[in-house]
Amino acid sequence: MKPKNQRLVLVSAAIVAVLVAVLLAMWGLRNQASYFYTPADIAAGKANDGEAMRLGGMVERGSIRRGADGVTIRFTLTDGKAQIPVVFRGIVPDLFREGSGAVAEGRLEHGTFVADTILAKHDERYMPPELGNLAAEHKAGKTLEK
Amino acid sequence: MIAETGLAALWLAAGLAALQFMFMFVELRGSVALARPMRSIAVVQGLLTLLAFAMLLLVFARSDMSVKLVFENSSAVKPFVYKVAGAWGNHEGSMLMWVTILAAAGAFVALFSRRTSERTLVAALGAQAALALGFYAFLLIASNPFARLSPAPMDGQGLNPLLQDPGLAFHPPTLYLGYVGLSVAFSLAVGALLTGEVDSRLARAMRPWVLGAWILLTLGITAGSYWAYYELGWGGYWFWDPVENASLMPWLAATALLHSINVLAARGALKAWTMMLAVIAFSMSMVGTFLVRSGILTSVHAFAIDPERGTFLLALLAIYVGAAFALFAWRGATLKEGAPFELVSRESGLVVNNLLLTVVLGVVFVGTLYPLFVEAVSGEKLSVGAPYFNAVAGPLALVLAALVGVGPLLAWRHEGRPVLRQLQVPALLGVVALAITTIIAPDMHILPRLGFTVGTYLVGASILPLVRRNPWRAPLATWGMVVAHFGIAVALLGMAANAAFTSEKLAVVQPGEILNVGPWQVQLQDVTPTAGKNWTAVEAELQASRGSGIVTLKPQSRYFTDPPTETSESAIRTFWNGQLYTVVGKADPSGGWQLRLWWKPFVTLIWAGGALIALGGALAMLGRVWRLRRGHEARAEWRRERYA
Repeated sequence: MKPKNQRLVLVSAAIVAVLVAVLLAMWGLRNQASYFYTPADIAAGKANDGEAMRLGGMVERGSIRRGADGVTIRFTLTDGKAQIPVVFRGIVPDLFREGSGAVAEGRLEHGTFVADTILAKHDERYMPPELGNLAAEHKAGKTLEK
Repeated sequence: MIAETGLAALWLAAGLAALQFMFMFVELRGSVALARPMRSIAVVQGLLTLLAFAMLLLVFARSDMSVKLVFENSSAVKPFVYKVAGAWGNHEGSMLMWVTILAAAGAFVALFSRRTSERTLVAALGAQAALALGFYAFLLIASNPFARLSPAPMDGQGLNPLLQDPGLAFHPPTLYLGYVGLSVAFSLAVGALLTGEVDSRLARAMRPWVLGAWILLTLGITAGSYWAYYELGWGGYWFWDPVENASLMPWLAATALLHSINVLAARGALKAWTMMLAVIAFSMSMVGTFLVRSGILTSVHAFAIDPERGTFLLALLAIYVGAAFALFAWRGATLKEGAPFELVSRESGLVVNNLLLTVVLGVVFVGTLYPLFVEAVSGEKLSVGAPYFNAVAGPLALVLAALVGVGPLLAWRHEGRPVLRQLQVPALLGVVALAITTIIAPDMHILPRLGFTVGTYLVGASILPLVRRNPWRAPLATWGMVVAHFGIAVALLGMAANAAFTSEKLAVVQPGEILNVGPWQVQLQDVTPTAGKNWTAVEAELQASRGSGIVTLKPQSRYFTDPPTETSESAIRTFWNGQLYTVVGKADPSGGWQLRLWWKPFVTLIWAGGALIALGGALAMLGRVWRLRRGHEARAEWRRERYA
């Protein structure tokens, strides 16, 4: 190859590579991105059954129930506007407790959220940014109720 | 006084960096030769940042609670190692470490770099100073690590217990050394673009930095992966967490750069291409730092949720990357393309390697930043996780791994021999692996099955460069390449085995009861309370056996007092053919305990592979040093003979 052609080939190869990467990524994202919903979103019918998603809210007080096998738990996530029942099989994370924030990853099946993973606060200084606003709204709601 | 000394050292270093940056323009205008003062300034600047960092270590070691950073991130009762390591287990301290390494790397270049022309060296040192200057400003304006508290509190707030682990002591410094090693490649590229001296000499000056950074990034990623594996207690080794991707992206770019730089060094070709990769590699390091340190991500690593800092870092990122790309656009076209090569040649092979790595990098980059982009544009929240990355990057990585076997067989410039014939045996091995996995596990997923196939093929293919010649006379650099490529095969087999053959058990178990997982029978003996210096815990005693012999495992569920946090300490036992991984959960009202057990056949190959890849890099580095030494001796001898 002549140096000039060589450069042309290399530049086009690089451009093609970047285009391929972007197209592949877009294709992947259309199928695989999971959206973050609040219980109110789900009550409003924004989410479809079976779609991979994340659901964030507060664990409602008095809602945690243990299954007979000892490793399945059911609880309710709430954002003050709606409640969604969640079922999870596994060891709940440290600091997962009633009245505090949690994010569940999984999918919706007939109105129940089947979680594969539960994320909770790591320590008292840490709060998932998605829940930051929610906690504030929740508090504001509580104050208004009073 | 200690904190004030540190702060003063930082201000002085920042002043010197500004001077260094200005000298670059003077030198480039050609009026005065400033290489010698430039070298001295760079060295003093490096020493000053080292002093500042030493002062930070000192205030942490002495638990000086009047320093705000110590108060917020340490406590007097913490073990001493974690007090010191805590110095960089927080936002300000880690940024100080970053800038310290940056300035120290500049000092190193100033002291030892003799390969490039003086003009390019001065330009590179100027670029390095410009980088440092931004981060000094960031530290001094937005995140002063030496700020005082008055009055001084009695005790601190403690360090996130997840970070109280030997892993913390080494993981961030290793990654930072890797990130910042790439800054030298960036500065040399910028310097060479400014002076127009992009040639094989530059490539040789850049190569040890790229190679060193790449080795450290490889080690950092491997260690971080193992840390997440045992510390989080989830049994996974890679979560495609944005923070993990933040370290993977510079690694991918550095891997591409490492390969293309050899073309530039050996053949003088791919000039613009290599400069571009050098700019991208360090840009990815900065993207990584931005992602991790700006607090826009949800993670253990996101210390500071502070919009001011995030914006500052983003601005720095935009300035540096923007300036480098503008410089590239301005000067890149004037570079003469070097020696030509044919379509089938080592050069082409390395171009294909680079293209594939770039595509993988692009896919990871888009997947990592897409959620941020969408939220900024539409306010909608979403996450992109393992399903996306596995589906898109997985197949690409497999194609790349398959081609790893081909590239090293090709000759420079033009390959006329039928090299593919050499791959018959490895290909046969791959087919056999495919057949075996089809027979023993007919419903295995497609990715692990292909992983076994490609991995087995690559075990054979990667050692071909040493076959048909006396391997003991092959250069050390060739050995390095072979070991690194072999490491890819090993890691791939580990990932495939882990994905295909892991067995998991989760149940509530009464003391005395037995749980089966894989070939193991695990009996819960007892659960007892225990305590450490700053935590209390419940500890389960498990006895595991498979046929003969009994092993004891003691997983814990720990409760830390400051800050109040629970962590689960998994107990892991390694055997030649896999790991038994045990986690104890919560107590059950029935008197039993939640137990989670995994049997993970050959999972250790993943990290063994990572270590081999790094070892390959180290061998290549050693080989180059060696040859350099021999070269010096040969030249000295030649001179002696000539002038005798």
